[in-house]
Amino acid sequence: MIYADNAATTKMSDAAIQAMLTQMQKNWGNPSSLYAHGQDAKEALETAREQIAAVIGAQPREILFTSGGSEADNQALRSAAALGKKRGKMHIVSTAFEHHAVLHTLAALQREGFSVTLLDVHENGVVVPAEVEAAIREDTCLVSVMFANNEIGTIQPIREIGAICRKRGVLFHTDAVQAIGHVPVNTAEDNIDLLSASAHKFHGPKGVGFLWAKRGVPLASLIEGGAQERGKRAGTENVPGIAAMAAALTEANAKMAENAAHLTAMRDRLIAGLQEIPHSALNGDARNRLPGNVNFCFEGIEGESLLLLLDDRGICASSGSACTSGSLDPSHVLLAIGRVHDVAHGSLRLSLGEDITEGDVDYLVRSVREVVTYLRSFSPIWRDLTAGRKPFIL
Amino acid sequence: MALYSEKVMDHFRNPRNVGVIEDADGVGEVGNAKCGDIMKMYLKIEGDVITDAKFETFGCGSAIASSSMATELIKGKPVADAMRLTNQAVTEALDGLPSHKIHCSVLAEEAIHAALEDYHRKTKSEDCP
Repeated sequence: MIYADNAATTKMSDAAIQAMLTQMQKNWGNPSSLYAHGQDAKEALETAREQIAAVIGAQPREILFTSGGSEADNQALRSAAALGKKRGKMHIVSTAFEHHAVLHTLAALQREGFSVTLLDVHENGVVVPAEVEAAIREDTCLVSVMFANNEIGTIQPIREIGAICRKRGVLFHTDAVQAIGHVPVNTAEDNIDLLSASAHKFHGPKGVGFLWAKRGVPLASLIEGGAQERGKRAGTENVPGIAAMAAALTEANAKMAENAAHLTAMRDRLIAGLQEIPHSALNGDARNRLPGNVNFCFEGIEGESLLLLLDDRGICASSGSACTSGSLDPSHVLLAIGRVHDVAHGSLRLSLGEDITEGDVDYLVRSVREVVTYLRSFSPIWRDLTAGRKPFIL
Repeated sequence: MALYSEKVMDHFRNPRNVGVIEDADGVGEVGNAKCGDIMKMYLKIEGDVITDAKFETFGCGSAIASSSMATELIKGKPVADAMRLTNQAVTEALDGLPSHKIHCSVLAEEAIHAALEDYHRKTKSEDCP
């Protein structure tokens, strides 16, 4: 099997599994309990907080553990919105291709009276900092721009956007779920105020993540019922998951340069191979993207049938077609970078893992080419395109 | 655990009656690229019997399987029987489809009916020049 869906989730690392087992087998006490057995769990929790803080250039007390990236996004936006409302500032700037955890929370805030400006991400899938600056108004309380896009992998000019926000006195949140552990993220240098992360995207477990909030940024609680996490997130902490997340992030950070170099080489080999397929196109900027992300559109075919036939060849991948999303519309990310519906349905995302080899990449290229050619052989759209009855888009 | 039944996967992996009939007596095309599904059906009709059926489909696994199954269900059948083909019959023959994929069987039914209507239109104009 070639697992090429690491943007969906990753395999847990041995270090993460070991850390999790230790907490489950030895430190299974409640960190809120005062006896030593509970305090041992508390110590593991705080050690994890320190390890994570060290990786992102933050203070341990600024880290709040959550159930994952979606909860962190919800809490970041809700917190900034609550603060804005108190100050009479009810405008938020974000982008059209954010994760739904951000977009749906923004839609809910709009129903509550907030106004939202979603910035264009252009054909290359990269936000222009000057456009962020132009969108900021007197009543803007928050700018939220993802660090790297989850579908097309494009990395955003976070530091520049953060500097603009700082200058204008506006809070800046970034959904760094796809970036943390893969590319350098430093909260201080990148001028960030709020950051969301999820453990299972960097070889940690599912169901755990964190929200980092710069000291002095007040957080609103989404879950009431206890004093855990300084009263900002009630519920007994997921100590095994949190310890595993810290172990996974520490390892990912230590190997980041080495992994990125290998993945970038494999990514570029894969892109070069897939570009040989006629009437195909890479989605998103070719250089300014996550080391392991490849996303293509192939004209004349539909993504779900492509995925099923790749699955038959032992390849795990994903697509932004409507059929795979369960809705009538294809990926909002592909539409945001200007892909028309017809073409967006024929998309394929291959997100590589660190163990990928050149041989794997060549097998991926060969398999995708064969499957695309086969599906085109009985596609009525492809027939119209090749007969000249319709113009090619790609 | 699989997304589709064995039958759907069989018809998806090995679709029956794929292709084009150049001198078809009826051709029907339904769906649109915007929604991600297009089915095109070609029928050869002799006397009152569908002697051959072929299809081309742009769409998901269940769209391809539904097209394949629909052509199997009407091949060799009288035109009147094919007119009565329903999406339920296609779905049942495929041992079911996930609820959000039922529209694929509806498209298959519509494509067959569109091809038959095309055939009726052509034969009518031949009868009354």
